[in-house]
Amino acid sequence: MTRPFLRRPEALLGGAILLALILIAGFAPLIAPGDPLAIAGRPLIPPFTDAGLPLGTDRLGRDLLAELIHGARTSVAVGLSAALVAVFAGMTVGTAAGFAGGAIEAALMRIVDAFQIVPGFLLALAFVSVAGPSLWVVVLAIALGAWTGPARLARARVLSLRESDFVAAAKVMGMSPAEIAFRQIMPLALPPVLAVASVIVAAAVLTEAALSFLGLGDPNSVTWGAMIAEGRNQLRSAAYLSIIPGIALVLTVISTYLVGEALTDSLTGRDKR
Amino acid sequence: MARLGRVVLARLAGSVPVLLIVLVGVFLLLDSAGGDAVDAYLLSMGGGDAQMAAELRTRYGLDGSALSRLLFTLGQYARGDLGWSIALNRPIGPVIAERLPNTLWLMGSATALSFLLGSALGVLAGRRPGSLLDRVLSGGSLFLYSIPSFWLGLVLAVVFAVQLRWLPVSGIETIASGKAGLARAADIARHLVLPVAALGMIYLALFLRIMRSGMAEAWGQDFTLAARARGLPDWRITLNHAARNALLPLVTMLGLQSAAMLGGSVVIESVFAIPGFGRLAQEAVAGRDAPLLLAVILTSALMVVIANLLVDLAYGWLDPRVGSGAGHD
Repeated sequence: MTRPFLRRPEALLGGAILLALILIAGFAPLIAPGDPLAIAGRPLIPPFTDAGLPLGTDRLGRDLLAELIHGARTSVAVGLSAALVAVFAGMTVGTAAGFAGGAIEAALMRIVDAFQIVPGFLLALAFVSVAGPSLWVVVLAIALGAWTGPARLARARVLSLRESDFVAAAKVMGMSPAEIAFRQIMPLALPPVLAVASVIVAAAVLTEAALSFLGLGDPNSVTWGAMIAEGRNQLRSAAYLSIIPGIALVLTVISTYLVGEALTDSLTGRDKR
Repeated sequence: MARLGRVVLARLAGSVPVLLIVLVGVFLLLDSAGGDAVDAYLLSMGGGDAQMAAELRTRYGLDGSALSRLLFTLGQYARGDLGWSIALNRPIGPVIAERLPNTLWLMGSATALSFLLGSALGVLAGRRPGSLLDRVLSGGSLFLYSIPSFWLGLVLAVVFAVQLRWLPVSGIETIASGKAGLARAADIARHLVLPVAALGMIYLALFLRIMRSGMAEAWGQDFTLAARARGLPDWRITLNHAARNALLPLVTMLGLQSAAMLGGSVVIESVFAIPGFGRLAQEAVAGRDAPLLLAVILTSALMVVIANLLVDLAYGWLDPRVGSGAGHD
């Protein structure tokens, strides 16, 4: 699995960016110590003009680079947590539906249908407005719109696994249905869900950015979306304030896709045409 | 035609239970919020006494238990009444009817742009998988696919509206321009160029990628080989055989993406200050107007149902192996 992965230059590039990003996110307080929202210099210093403040400062004189580094922390944390919650919830519901069958399956799948016809972003908006903006609320709000995909994939896989011999054997051994469903079958339904995990993570990063752009993110953390929204007021005079965090977002998402695509290809044994 | 009508009616009736789940679920979510629209309204009025608050709550069905409020709302919807927006102090139905066209224009144009351009470029890329053109288009589409639409909107606005001054920065039309007929249509079209590009680009990239991989797959299959053996010209095999097959997953995707696109238009409408449906959702959130937000979410769910229905009808027309959608799930 590792060899074909390492042989692809675009996957390597994506992996390198992603790794750097995760390191920056993890060690943000060490790389850019202190409060990223503290005033560091004159307001609106353009980027690449002051060696001490390489990316310049914003309207209030805050260090843009420090904000960017701490924003990476929020993006990575929220993106990964939301994807994790969505995959876990989706797998659980999908496995339960596929294994139980009958009325339980019909009811659960109707709920999946209902979640799928509501635009996830509107649901996230409604959820944040009810529960109040905090990091965990944002994570849950994003997961609300993302769990149906994994649920459908898991159910489809469980339906085909349900009749296998090892399930019959587990029944004969006297395992409880819940134990068979969640300990024996669910792990086997994971691969098709993992194949789309990178898309879920990327979508979660983008949704978090859009929510904080609209002012519905956690007000106590630095987020790229909020930075872009802040910069909007100086779009005519200092467009870099919005452009720089956007570039960081694009790099994050694109490297996630590149790594995900390479992983999916090597997991499924499908080589690039 | 009568048969088609029956299929459509049957499908719409079949989606009623799911819409009901949405209605009840969203109602319960919004109902659990602390503070309602009456609080927000009184706050905006600079306060009010308890008796006035109680009277307002009775009038808008906001008093009593959660169950009685739910039944009140269900009864309203059953009569085709979407309720009263406290934040806007107007009935919700007309507000939605007023805002919906702007969003439909935005989404319709973005869908048309991304579908036509995305599939055409996908055919070009998939014509010779692995060629230089394919690699350029595939790489470019992955890049486009990674750009957040609201940020792209801002960048486009900086370049084309602020720097070059080719296009208007915001709004859906020039305010109080007195334009009518074609001149007004041209004005609205000019205002729509940037938001449509910002919203549509990500889907253009998606459709390009799907079309390309469908084309690449078709080349390995028997029917293209057979067409080649019959000596058909290259362009006919590309268009009539490979592309027509590769179009099917694209059409499916169109339905699946309609909900996501509706969500995306919320942010785009905010970037370009378009008085559409997405802005209405934001105004509802800002005004703590639960009945309005509920109506917006339910209407969007209905729109997604209709979009999927249209996609199914198109699918039956494109792929003769599928019936007209009757009796299939």
